[in-house]
Amino acid sequence: MKLYCLSGHPTLPCNVLKFKSTTIMLDCGLDTTSVLNFLPLPLVHSPRLSKLPGWVSKDGTVNLEKELKECAGRVFVDSQPEFCLPEKELLDLSTIDVILISNYHCMMALPYITEHTGFTGTVYATEPTLQIGRLLMEELVNFMERVPKAQSATCWKNKEIQRMLPGPLKDAVEVWTWKRCYSMQEVNSALSKVQLVGYSQKVELFGAVQVSPLSSGYSLGSSNWIIQSHHEKVAYVSGSSLLTTHPQPMDQSSLKNSDVLILTGLTQMPTANPDGMLGDFCSNLAMTIRAGGNVLVPCYSSGVIYDLLECLYQFIESASLGTTPFYFISPVANSSLEFSQIFAEWLCHNKQSKVYLPEPPFPHAELIQTNKLKHYPSIHGDFSSEFRQPCVVFTGHPSLRFGDVVHFMELWGKSSLNTIIFTEPDFSYLDALAPYQPLAMKCVYCPIDTRLNFHQVSKLLKEVQPLHVVCPEQYTQPPPSQSHRSDLMLELQPPPMPYRRCSVLSLPFRRRYERIHLLPELANSLVPSEIKPGISVATVSAVLHSKDNKHTLQSVPKPPPVPPTKKRKRVIEEPPEVLAPKPLLSGAVPLEAFLATLHKHGITEVKVEETADGHILHLQAEDTLIQLEEDGTHIVCDNNEPLRLL
Amino acid sequence: MPEIKVTPLGAGQDVGRSCILVSIGGKNIMLDCGMHMGYNDDRRFPDFSYITQNGRLTEFLDCVIISHFHLDHCGALPYMSEMVGYDGPIYMTHPTKAICPILLEDFRKITVDKKGETNFFTSQMIKDCMKKVIPLNLHQTVQVDDELEIKAYYAGHVLGAAMVHIKVGSESVVYTGDYNMTPDRHLGAAWIDKCRPDILISESTYATTIRDSKRCRERDFLKKVHETIERGGKVLIPVFALGRAQELCILLETFWERMNLKAPIYFSTGLTEKANHYYKLFITWTNQKIRKTFVQRNMFEFKHIKAFDRSYADNPGPMVVFATPGMLHAGQSLQIFKKWAGNEKNMVIMPGYCVQGTIGHKILNGQRKLEMEGRATLDVKLQVEYMSFSAHADAKGIMQLIRMAEPRNMLLVHGEAAKMEFLKGKIEQEFNINCYMPANGETETVTTNPSVPVDISLNLLKREMALGGPLPDTKKPRTMHGTLIMKENSLRLVSPEQALKELGLNEHQLRFTCRVQLQDPHSDSDTLHRIYTHLKSVLKGYTIQHLPDSTVMVESIVIKLSSSAEDPNTKVLLLSWSYQDEDLGSFLSTLLKKGLPSGLC
Repeated sequence: MKLYCLSGHPTLPCNVLKFKSTTIMLDCGLDTTSVLNFLPLPLVHSPRLSKLPGWVSKDGTVNLEKELKECAGRVFVDSQPEFCLPEKELLDLSTIDVILISNYHCMMALPYITEHTGFTGTVYATEPTLQIGRLLMEELVNFMERVPKAQSATCWKNKEIQRMLPGPLKDAVEVWTWKRCYSMQEVNSALSKVQLVGYSQKVELFGAVQVSPLSSGYSLGSSNWIIQSHHEKVAYVSGSSLLTTHPQPMDQSSLKNSDVLILTGLTQMPTANPDGMLGDFCSNLAMTIRAGGNVLVPCYSSGVIYDLLECLYQFIESASLGTTPFYFISPVANSSLEFSQIFAEWLCHNKQSKVYLPEPPFPHAELIQTNKLKHYPSIHGDFSSEFRQPCVVFTGHPSLRFGDVVHFMELWGKSSLNTIIFTEPDFSYLDALAPYQPLAMKCVYCPIDTRLNFHQVSKLLKEVQPLHVVCPEQYTQPPPSQSHRSDLMLELQPPPMPYRRCSVLSLPFRRRYERIHLLPELANSLVPSEIKPGISVATVSAVLHSKDNKHTLQSVPKPPPVPPTKKRKRVIEEPPEVLAPKPLLSGAVPLEAFLATLHKHGITEVKVEETADGHILHLQAEDTLIQLEEDGTHIVCDNNEPLRLL
Repeated sequence: MPEIKVTPLGAGQDVGRSCILVSIGGKNIMLDCGMHMGYNDDRRFPDFSYITQNGRLTEFLDCVIISHFHLDHCGALPYMSEMVGYDGPIYMTHPTKAICPILLEDFRKITVDKKGETNFFTSQMIKDCMKKVIPLNLHQTVQVDDELEIKAYYAGHVLGAAMVHIKVGSESVVYTGDYNMTPDRHLGAAWIDKCRPDILISESTYATTIRDSKRCRERDFLKKVHETIERGGKVLIPVFALGRAQELCILLETFWERMNLKAPIYFSTGLTEKANHYYKLFITWTNQKIRKTFVQRNMFEFKHIKAFDRSYADNPGPMVVFATPGMLHAGQSLQIFKKWAGNEKNMVIMPGYCVQGTIGHKILNGQRKLEMEGRATLDVKLQVEYMSFSAHADAKGIMQLIRMAEPRNMLLVHGEAAKMEFLKGKIEQEFNINCYMPANGETETVTTNPSVPVDISLNLLKREMALGGPLPDTKKPRTMHGTLIMKENSLRLVSPEQALKELGLNEHQLRFTCRVQLQDPHSDSDTLHRIYTHLKSVLKGYTIQHLPDSTVMVESIVIKLSSSAEDPNTKVLLLSWSYQDEDLGSFLSTLLKKGLPSGLC
């Protein structure tokens, strides 16, 4: 059993598990932090960005004016943004049998894996994961395709040149493997390979392994996975939450007693309390609006935004923001809001009971109905005519490199009245803002990450008691910025097995048993004998059938009667059909009992002689000698019917 | 031998008050708990005294499963859980859990408030009953307890309808509830995997019908509605608030839009709005097309269909009215029917099955004079049309489901005896499996033959599989040998050597030695050689060695020769073999006793 680690990002994992005869990919995360190295893609021509100076090395030997631009002391690649893909060289991706997806954030690399690698397997995901994942991919493709950039910079990737670049470009890893965004066609093709599953559904893989998704409490349809056979159990925990937000609560008990637990997707903000952040978010928002400024919230179009809107729904009246317009701008804004309302089965109990009334589970339906929240596919079209300030705008992408958010940064960045509030934890806000410097607008950082923190996870692990834990190496030491905080790491006994990008771990497993089925006919024919109190033994002679990794034993078929042929009349001379070693016998033969048995069979004339190791019995009438020893019996006789008494 | 017992308390050779008890692997499960529309007395509910004479059912049932929200499947639930008494788990899907209490409340209102019956369940009882409900998701494996697991499959029929797979150990039963194998305008088709249950309990409402294509029926329906409207008549369509109503609404809505018709379409009862809302929120349970387009256009927002008011029934001019309930047995549909029945320009279209005893059933059977309450009679002059829109599987669909699930036995419920009989014959003939159709209160026992799961040591399995070669040869079965150790509920199959080691036992050697006398006038070594050649010619394919120490080995059997002291022509053969070689050993001794063929030298 082996684990191949294709991604080094702890919250956007991509691991491959080889278990019994199956190859299972766990998640397919796309590391998008690479886009921070690129210049933003403006929706409308930006004179500021186009006037940025090109970069030339200090000694003037390297001139990449066309590819690299400098802004406020940082260097950015002027090209279509590219993503850092999961490692493709570590193993042959076409051998992957199935991909298990845990949540919609962890499937963004799917088209890169399922297309163009010869992948022929199946992807398993829950319905909300598929639908919302599709929306996020659609949004990403849309963001990229509506501002096509002719230039594709490659010179800077040259190893010799990259070495001379200033950081963080210099330290960027695997830049040669970075890829541009996929197309909608590839998305559709990739998603057509998804098979829907429900929580606690048991899916058989080739009869060898059973996989089953469990609610993980992090987002709509998010799941942890159990991968097990009859004797081994692997738990894959990815992006789980114990907080009460909109999704169904996490199923913890089913994770119990696993041999190996693979732990990924812990909170990226271990020191930020989500509730406190939500409070900060609301108060900063209200303060800015009251002062006449606008609020920009860069966010993903699904997930925490539902909670933000719900929080605002309660907050709006009390903060007298009733007249402030709230805009949600994304190519998939409408779909995201609509889809959130139809997944009753996947919601927490409170929201489920609303559906029974029947009322929409999320209050943003009411915000839309009362015109407090408006959604638009983009800043073009209706939005430009209906747009009123001051306002609150939710829009993507949280990296600030593409999407409508770029436009608002250019528009509002120069005024200190405006505020940008970061809620997504995936990107460092300082890095995100770098190409917009100098900036007058206020910046508030309220990252809301509801995933497990170290305290919660150690409690969880105590509860579910896995024999071994595997986790990204980042979790085995405190974060670099807070190296004294030993509470911000995993401390376990035995210590967790760390992995990094390109690691191959051998998981400590000793498989000793396999499940087999005895067919009823065979089971009935068995004669168990009790040899010790509570322990019975039966010898089994049967024919093994293995099909689709399922094994059954059935009775030995009777040899078919030999058809009488004229040539061979002496049928008796046919050698025995089945050359079968008889089962071994065990135990010693007690003399007294043996004599009694002989007696019962009408053999009375027995001469018993004591020898060094046992006895010799002489059955005179039958002219037979029986030597009884501790570990053997030897019967010597004349006639052909050896007495089979044992 | 393990058995599964099935006893219908309702819906045995009948339609209505579905309630089926199943005993499997020591667990008792109640499938559905419905009421009968045709009766107003005790026969309305299943006879729970069958389970126990005195009191509560909790200790007799491990769980109750409700397949869908139709009252003939859930109408007796509050009576059973609150009045008879049951506190265990009740399972149903989310949409069923949402809609079922509304229909129960409606049913209660009609019975208690309108008909003035007492001793009926109250609103509070419905609420208390619903608190015992655990929602089921499709395909989720729910562990009721350590041994009993259930899994729901999509059944079509109505919103949230499910089939359930019930499994204890390796025994299992599938109960279909009502299902539909063809997708319609708002729901998808039922589907189940090849789960090979011991018994498939299927409804058989349309056991003898093979319906024509849905499209033809739709065209017919629209044509009839259109013609009636054209000649100024009124169309009454009695429906249940949820289900067929939405499908027909979608159908008429699109037709009105296409033909640009102006005649009003009304929908009775205040439930409509709410009902449509359920469809919007549970859109994942509808068919593919609706799910795909719901963001752009929600099919359940109707432009042409408006709420009905009682006074509209007397309005002049054509109109189409959907009114509840669907079998014309009470309520608004019956009132409107009475008003319009006298005019031959009008039409009533019955879009679904009608239970015996209801007015719907009577007029469908051609009765033109109806006895109403208070000895009044009603002349039925309006046209009566029947359009089978009710979403049950027809004979073809039932056969299709059997092919999907591959059950070992079949059991029919929810149908009329004569029709069942016909289908039973067909099933037995086509699939060669037993088909049962117990009446209410009759128990059908099916013996199952489960295989025994055992843990085999991987060493033994691998060794065995390696010997068998990559492709198992079915003609030459290999026998494997192992020892089954039974210890504290665990069954392990290991190699005999390992078993001995594990249990601390010594191997016991059992050897047989046999003397055979031969008359052979040759020297000892010649005789031995003759034996060797003889055996070689008889035992082809065995290893036979002639060893220098004047012995012959056949596999591990030793043959030694000595001449008798008195007569050099009488040779004494000593054959020695261990118990493991018993077959070959006794064969050899028999063979040699017959002497050697003379032709050999």
